[in-house]
Amino acid sequence: MDKQPTQHDNSDNPWLDLRRLTPARIALGRTGTSLPTRAQLDFQCAHAQARDAVHLAFDHAGLREQLSERGRDSILLHSAASDRHSYLQRPDLGRRLHEESARQLREHAQANPGGVDLAIIVADGLSALAVHRHTLPFLNRLQEHIDAEGWSTAPVVLVEQGRVAVADEVGELLGAKMTVILIGERPGLSSPDSLGLYFTYSPRVGLTDAYRNCISNVRLEGLSYGMAAHRLLYLMREACRRQLSGVNLKDEAQVQTLESDADTPKNGNFLLGND
Amino acid sequence: MSSFVHTVGTQTYRFDSLKDVMAKASPARSGDFLAGVAAGNDAERVAAQMALADIPLSHFLSEALIPYEDDEVTRLIIDTHDKQAFAAVSHLTVGGLRDWLLSEQADEDSLRALAPGLTPEMAAAVSKIMRVQDLVLVAQKIRVVTRFRGTLGLRGRLSTRLQPNHPTDEPAGIAASILDGLLYGNGDAMIGINPATDSIASICALLEMLDAIIQRYDIPTQACVLTHVTTSIEAVNRGVPLDLVFQSIAGTEAANASFGINLNLLQEGYDAGLSLNRGTLGQNLMYFETGQGSALSANAHHGVDQQTCETRAYAVARHFKPFLVNTVVGFIGPEYLYNGKQIIRAGLEDHFCGKLLGVPMGCDICYTNHAEADQDDMDTLLTLLGVAGINFIMGIPGSDDIMLNYQTTSFHDALYARQTLGLKPAPEFEAWLARMGIFTQADGRVRFGDNLPPAFRQALAQLG
Repeated sequence: MDKQPTQHDNSDNPWLDLRRLTPARIALGRTGTSLPTRAQLDFQCAHAQARDAVHLAFDHAGLREQLSERGRDSILLHSAASDRHSYLQRPDLGRRLHEESARQLREHAQANPGGVDLAIIVADGLSALAVHRHTLPFLNRLQEHIDAEGWSTAPVVLVEQGRVAVADEVGELLGAKMTVILIGERPGLSSPDSLGLYFTYSPRVGLTDAYRNCISNVRLEGLSYGMAAHRLLYLMREACRRQLSGVNLKDEAQVQTLESDADTPKNGNFLLGND
Repeated sequence: MSSFVHTVGTQTYRFDSLKDVMAKASPARSGDFLAGVAAGNDAERVAAQMALADIPLSHFLSEALIPYEDDEVTRLIIDTHDKQAFAAVSHLTVGGLRDWLLSEQADEDSLRALAPGLTPEMAAAVSKIMRVQDLVLVAQKIRVVTRFRGTLGLRGRLSTRLQPNHPTDEPAGIAASILDGLLYGNGDAMIGINPATDSIASICALLEMLDAIIQRYDIPTQACVLTHVTTSIEAVNRGVPLDLVFQSIAGTEAANASFGINLNLLQEGYDAGLSLNRGTLGQNLMYFETGQGSALSANAHHGVDQQTCETRAYAVARHFKPFLVNTVVGFIGPEYLYNGKQIIRAGLEDHFCGKLLGVPMGCDICYTNHAEADQDDMDTLLTLLGVAGINFIMGIPGSDDIMLNYQTTSFHDALYARQTLGLKPAPEFEAWLARMGIFTQADGRVRFGDNLPPAFRQALAQLG
């Protein structure tokens, strides 16, 4: 994109230097009292990307093909939400499988009795873009750990128009000891492709969020695939040991990282500097 | 419980309680469909509105939507109802109240006198049979003025909460957004931070920082860090300078419990704030945030429609003489308010109902990226609320909240409202802006100073 200032760009203002202190949209300048054209269109562009991410269709065929190239079986299911319109207004429908999908999964479980250690679910959520970009590279990292632990897995379950809790039904029907769902998070203005991971031990229909552990913001500018896989592995091992997940399973791996990342804010800043 | 029947032509509609008729009379919104309480079709909705219009206001005092025994918010509403104030309209139906509110008899004085006589359910009921222009016109008659270090809510004024959020609470990053906002004339309602980390140590550090900035530049405003009321009480106990006590509230006891609060705890927070005696012009110091859908999202709505639940939250608010109440209208998402149309109407309902009950209303005119809404919708709501005489709106850099990941009104948006509607900041802040040479306002026109204020030029020089 052309970043050269144009004649409409009035962003040269005396506090432009402050921009290096925050990612906020400060020092935008003004024309009269309004936003200059460049800032106005930059915002519209960011919003358009976030909107497109929400409405981008889940390319499950493409994802299944890539999975199959890596020797992984997959199953495609649909939630009870028929389309995006219904998905956005009825979170309850996105949390349940469509009747036909539930039947399909039940048949799979009957043909493959005995359950599995881990079921991996991939749902479009609020950003199919996130799922398209991050599913394969993340699963590649995770698979190394799964192999090392010797856990049995079900085919990867893809759910169209799915919300987080749909993993409970999938896990229950598959007789899975653990589920992890990879799902597109609500796009922010500067983060249209953020992937979320939700982990549940002993999944069953009707669990609340208190029974889940969340690893958020997996994307190139956020949490790396390796770090996300590391945290997830920690949760899975601890969950197996203590036979629970959720609020009672403290993510020590995460706590440690957060504490070292964010010190208590210092008081010093340029507005309060010494004269 | 009463049942209500309304016949339109050959079709008879039956509503089995006041709660039912109120829910079905609500203009369509996704949250009421999600809750399963909405009208089945447009004709049933209007029939419910017609039935509602015929219900005497006095009936609202005998049929509680949420039982008195089950809910302390209902008890607060009934126990504090001012019968003397109610006398002015006690003979009217809901429809009659709408006519009265729009009539010449309803003016600033008579509406102020009426406020304690109305219950939230009465206010919600009448709003359901009002169009957008009715909600604007009546709200425009009402002023609710509050004071701390500035005077908010005067006619012809519009204030802004400068919201300098930062993803990691970095002090320099927060300061950069504060200065940006001040130089665009924002921040008279408050400088209010949503903290990213909720530890008591970081909350106290932010409070100290805001207090130091306000003192250093002698800004006639108030500071707030939006943390749980128990954390604010703890900060007061530690002797930290704290101006406004924040809390999210809702309209049912169970929803408030999901926020970890009740009326006693709010009273403790209010008392803690009062004990500091930091207001120079007045002691309105509670800052509440609300929003349609919060009770339903906590599964604590008792089958009551989301707009009526929201209005009940204003009864909680007004009990504590708040400085400001903010309906964060589009933050909750499309399962409660689906699109720009629903968000716009909800913002105007909340502002109208709050003002009618005597609450100093502001609005976080906002949306998320999965709602069917955009900047044009926010411009529309901002303009309508500006005409309606709203006390305050948000002001953030470029409409983009980088911590909460949603879009709200920008510093520039507030300037737009000043220019087009001739609205000035709070008088104390207006004088400060003139003194600093930031801008002056005459005949609606905003005239910026030619140079940076010397004090801020000096601060910027420290950056090197």
